[in-house]
Parts: sequence; C-alpha cells; structure tokens
Amino acid sequence: MSDQSRPSGVHQLAHDLIERVERRWASLSIAVIVLLALLAAFAGIHRATMPQSIVETIEPRIIHMQGEFVETNLGSAVEADGSVTVRAVGQEYSFNPSCIVVPTDTPITFRATSPDVIHGFMIEGTNINTMLVPGYVSVLPARFDKPGERLMPCHEFCGVGHEGMWARVRVIDKQEFQKLAAQQPRVTCDQQ
Amino acid sequence: MISSRRLIIAHFWLAFAVFGLALLLGAWQMLVRSPLHNWLSDPEWYYRSLTAHGTVMAYALPTLVAMGFGYAITESTLDQPLVGKRWAWAGFGLIVVGAVMALIPVALGRASVLYTFYPPLIGSPFYYIGVVLVVVGSWIWVALMSVNLRVWKTRHPHAPIPLAMFANVAGSYLWAWTSLGAALELLFQIIPVALGWKSTLDAGLARILFSWTLHAIVYFWLIPTYIAYYTIVPRAIGGRVYSDTMARISFVLFLVVAMPIGIHHTFMDPQVGAGFKFIHSIFTAAVAVPTLLTVFTICASVEVAGRLRGGRGVFGWIGALPWKNPIMLAVAFSFVMLGFGGAGGLINMSYQLDTTVHNTQWITGHFHLIFGGAIVIMYFAIAYDLWPHLTGRNFSNDRLMRAQLWLWFIGMMVTTFPWHWVGILGMPRRMAFYDFSDPAISPQGIYVTFSAIGALILLASGLLFLFILATGQRTAPMEAGAYTFARAVHEPAAVPAPLNGYALWVTLMIALTITNYGFPIVRLASGYGTNVPAVYVGR
Repeated sequence: MSDQSRPSGVHQLAHDLIERVERRWASLSIAVIVLLALLAAFAGIHRATMPQSIVETIEPRIIHMQGEFVETNLGSAVEADGSVTVRAVGQEYSFNPSCIVVPTDTPITFRATSPDVIHGFMIEGTNINTMLVPGYVSVLPARFDKPGERLMPCHEFCGVGHEGMWARVRVIDKQEFQKLAAQQPRVTCDQQ
Repeated sequence: MISSRRLIIAHFWLAFAVFGLALLLGAWQMLVRSPLHNWLSDPEWYYRSLTAHGTVMAYALPTLVAMGFGYAITESTLDQPLVGKRWAWAGFGLIVVGAVMALIPVALGRASVLYTFYPPLIGSPFYYIGVVLVVVGSWIWVALMSVNLRVWKTRHPHAPIPLAMFANVAGSYLWAWTSLGAALELLFQIIPVALGWKSTLDAGLARILFSWTLHAIVYFWLIPTYIAYYTIVPRAIGGRVYSDTMARISFVLFLVVAMPIGIHHTFMDPQVGAGFKFIHSIFTAAVAVPTLLTVFTICASVEVAGRLRGGRGVFGWIGALPWKNPIMLAVAFSFVMLGFGGAGGLINMSYQLDTTVHNTQWITGHFHLIFGGAIVIMYFAIAYDLWPHLTGRNFSNDRLMRAQLWLWFIGMMVTTFPWHWVGILGMPRRMAFYDFSDPAISPQGIYVTFSAIGALILLASGLLFLFILATGQRTAPMEAGAYTFARAVHEPAAVPAPLNGYALWVTLMIALTITNYGFPIVRLASGYGTNVPAVYVGR
C-alpha cells in the first residue's frame, strides 16, 4: 500500500494537504499583488495621476536673482494656451506667495522649489502634494472644480519655525480670475 | 542552553531603559501639541524631544533587541557557547558610547534635525558620529552571527540550520546591507559638512541614500517579531509550526525584496524620475507576499494548537486557544495591528494613493501602528518568554503581563486611529503645535486630543512593562530549563540547499539594490549645480 521511499500513510496525506493549501494561498496572494500593480500601471499610463516624472535641476543659491523664480515672476500666470502656471518658493519659514490664487476648471501647473532646506508642499483636501528639495524643481499638474479657500502647510521638518509655515490657496471662479489676470501679469491674493 | 546571560540581559535592559525614556518624551509631545496644552513658548523643545524619541525608537531599541535576541537564539539553537563573546561586549560598549555621544548634543538642542537627519540642516557632529558608532557596534553583531553559524556548520555539515537561527542570520545580513545607505550619507555628505570640511551638499542625493536604509530598516525591526511568530508562539501555546519550508521562504524573500523598494519614500520628490518610482512601487507590492505567507502559516500553526486542545468546527478552535497565556494574547493583538497597519501600508506604497497622505499624520499613524504596535508588542512577548531563562528566577505574573499587553493594544488603537483620520483631513507631520483657533483646523482638535490620551495609556503600559521585568529579577531563584523553539508539524530531515544558506539570496539582494538604486545614485552623485549650503542648527 504505502511507498517505502516516501513518508507513509497519514503523514503523506497530511503533507500533501498542507502543500496544496499553502500553494493556493500563495497563488492568491501573488494574484492580488499583481492586480494592484496592474491597476497602478494603468492609472499611471492614462495619467489619471502619477508622481513627478521628469527631473529638473536648478542652482539653488541664485534663484532669487535670476530665472523663473525671481520675486516678480512668482504667483499665477496665464499661458498662451489658456492654462495657468503657478510659481512658488518655499523658504525658512514661509511660502512666497503666501496666498496663491487659482481659477476653477482650468489646467494648472505648479512649479516650486526651495533656496535653503527641504520643505513640503501640500494643499489640504486635495492630492496636490510634493516635496521641495533645493536644487530641484517640483512640477505638479492640477485642476480645481470648486471655488473656496484651502490651507497649504509645509509638511516637512525645515527647522524650528516649521510649525508656523502655512500658506493659503484661494480657488476663484474662472471669469473672475481672468479679470484679475488682465490687470497684472502675475496674480496673487495681494491684488484682490 | 543560554550561557551568555549577562550579555543578553544587558542588551535587553539598555534597550528597554531607553525605550522608557523615549516613550515618556513621545507622550509629552502628544500632549503639548494637542488642545489639552498651551502652545510651547519655545517650539525648539518639541523638535529636540522628537529627535531623541526617533533616534532611540528607530536605532537603539530595535537594534539592541535584535542583538540580544540574536545572541540568545545562537546559543540555544546551535547548542554551543557564543564564539567571540568579548567582541560582543565590545559591540555593546560601542552602542553605549555612541548613544551617549549622540544624545548629549540632542539634549542640549545642538542637533534638533530629527532622526531622519534632513540635510542641508546640520547639527552637532557628535550626534552623527554617535549614530555611526551605534551602527558600527551592531555590525560586530552581524559578523558574530555569521561566524557562529559557520562554526556550527563545520561541525554539522549537512544538518538543516534551525529555523530561528536561519531567520536571525538573514535579519543580520539584511541589516548590514541596508544600514550602508545612511552610513554613506553620514560619512560622505553630512559629517564632512558638520565638521566644517565642506560647506555644501546635494539634498536630493542625501534623500535617496537615506531611503536605501529607511525602508529595509523596517524589516530589520520586524525580523525578531517574525521569529517570535514562527518559533516562540507555537511552542508557547502548545502548537506546531505549520510549515518549516514556508517560514524559510518568507525570511529569504524579506532578504531579497526588502531592499530595492526604498524610493517609495520619495514618490513625491523631484530628484527621481517616474520610472524608478514605479519600479520601487512594484517591488514594494511584492514585499507584501512574505507577510501574507506568514499570516497564513501562523494562523494555521495557531489552529493546530487550538485543535490539539480539543477545539472543533470551523471557528471552535479559536475559543479553545489558551487566551490566558500572555504570548497568545500578544500574537493576537500583534496580528490585528499588523492587519490594519499592513492595509495602510498598501495604500502608502501605491504609486498614486500616496499623494493624498504623503507626510500627513496618516504616515505617523501608520508606522506607529506597525512598528510601535505589531512589532514592539512582540518585543514585549520575547522579553517575557526569555526572562526566566536569563534571570534564572521565577517569572509567572501572567495577570500583570496580560494587563500590560491589553493597555498597549488599547493605547495603540486610541492613538493611531484618530492619527490616520486627521492625516486624511490633511494635517501635516512634525509640527510643534497647530493653530486650533483657525476654523479650518479646529475640527481636528478633538482627534488630536484622543491621540494624546492614547499616548498616556501607552506610557502607562510601558512603565508597567518595565516594572514587570524589574520584579522578575527579585523573585525566588528557579531553573527554567533549556530555552527551546517551536517544532514543525513535519520536522525537516533535510532542507533544499538554497533554503539552508544565504549565498543566492544575498547575491539577489545586492544585485537588485544595484539595478534599482544604481542609476539614480550615480546620476545624483554626478550632479551639477544642485549643491546647497548647509544650514547649521543650534549654534
């Protein structure tokens, strides 16, 4: 009845059973993980949302003096294609501009960096979330559906004043924004 | 037979003494940033405390537990006295010196940079050198684990390495390799700047090097807990390990896939491209596999115990388990926390979902639940299980132990669930206080208060734990017998060669690190014009 070279009888049955059950569980685990990975790939390819893809560098020590992050260029700018680019700088311990204005229903690109240490850039209640690393430019596409005001804290430890580093984002109606943009090249809350 | 009792108990006592201090600091932090307390007049105290809390909990506690437990496993599973005991004491001495050297500048406010360093913020060089000494001390342990296994193997050339030892050495190799990333960051970037030899560094490169350490270190913290799941729990509750082979597969998988995934900590960073972020996301998903295998094997092993005790039916075995046994209680709590924490982890590792929670209180809640909850509660169980074998004294205060474990579990739930929730609402991490008078923030105040109450429960539990260990050293002497580990349902007579050694897995670990980290590191290290001047703190 029992094969001499293998564990006999009950033991062999139990052994086989254990292996079978284990293999099923392992296959199920792997299938779940593969499915999750495929979902992430699909959403990424269709650009539903994905992390920053291109690495852009910048000389951190001179951003105040030349290039796109000089003070007069900060704030929201309307591009030729109707989209809006928001440029901002995070530094110990404030954002510039400290209050950002953006229109509803418009493709928006945030471009931000830091001249000193690492900061965080997050708009509460949205998935707009990135790190500001000196030497690199953070680029983030976004779109707002509803008008309203949102908090924008620095979410990375940047020194003893970190807890005071909060900015605001004011989302206003598209038409209202266009009026503001017609009056000055860079829109911030200061002009409202 | 454990013969190096003093060595092991020294590791455990140092681990838990600093744990007690860090726990006190943590509870204080939770209190002062909640609406229960006025704003700190000097927020610097908060960051000082946070630096000490993180440095102790992330570096000192788990390293010392892994080392002490590792020595105990070596002597008891290999049945030979520890080879290189003097070196082991030297390693311990380095950790003591390093910890003191690091924590003095932290206490003085000269190194409030948090345990994750965040250059270009630069603190006192003594802080970083102290951390390096702690790590070097632990490398001695890694070498000793390897040497002791080799000595045993020459005496037992074909025998399967006992499971606990197999996992222990795997954990030590993982630690040796993963600690290298932060070591490179400290030695080549931070310390030269802290000493004033250089004045600039690349913050993007530093973040990538730190991520090399930051994720796999979590699995180094986890390995003693998993060893306890597989080799202490079934023995303590009268069961068997369901499958010795599956256990080995889980541990070697950790060795391979814990490493090449750290860039998921920098999904939101501008210095890495989308391709490597995606690759690391996929590997992070893969690291869930050994945990899922473990959940299955441990549940099955516990079921064996329930059925051996007369449990019947689909769920009847659960009631038949020895619930009065502290180890049973600990593993049940640990699994509940692992379940919630693991689910949160799958969200964090997701290439897309992370954007909603990155650097919010969700993340703080997540790793406190996984590390402080699922992992540390098993450190308690390990200490309880080992204590009579280390002290040679009676240790049977089960009621107090159960109360302590219940308090820890409840405290962790009350702390971390509201923490996750305010994270979803967008509350940022690492802040000395919040302006609860702001209408946009005030609704979060109540949840922060809940978390602070949870922290006080945790503090009570931690102090009770220390009390139980201390009383265990004053009871009547009693010989606890040999320290043993769980046996498998089918004890392996022989193990396939790849699962009885590390060559293949260590090779894979290093190769995958190179493929997944090589290009980003080389590219960032050859950066042009991205260096930034140091910002010195506390001067």
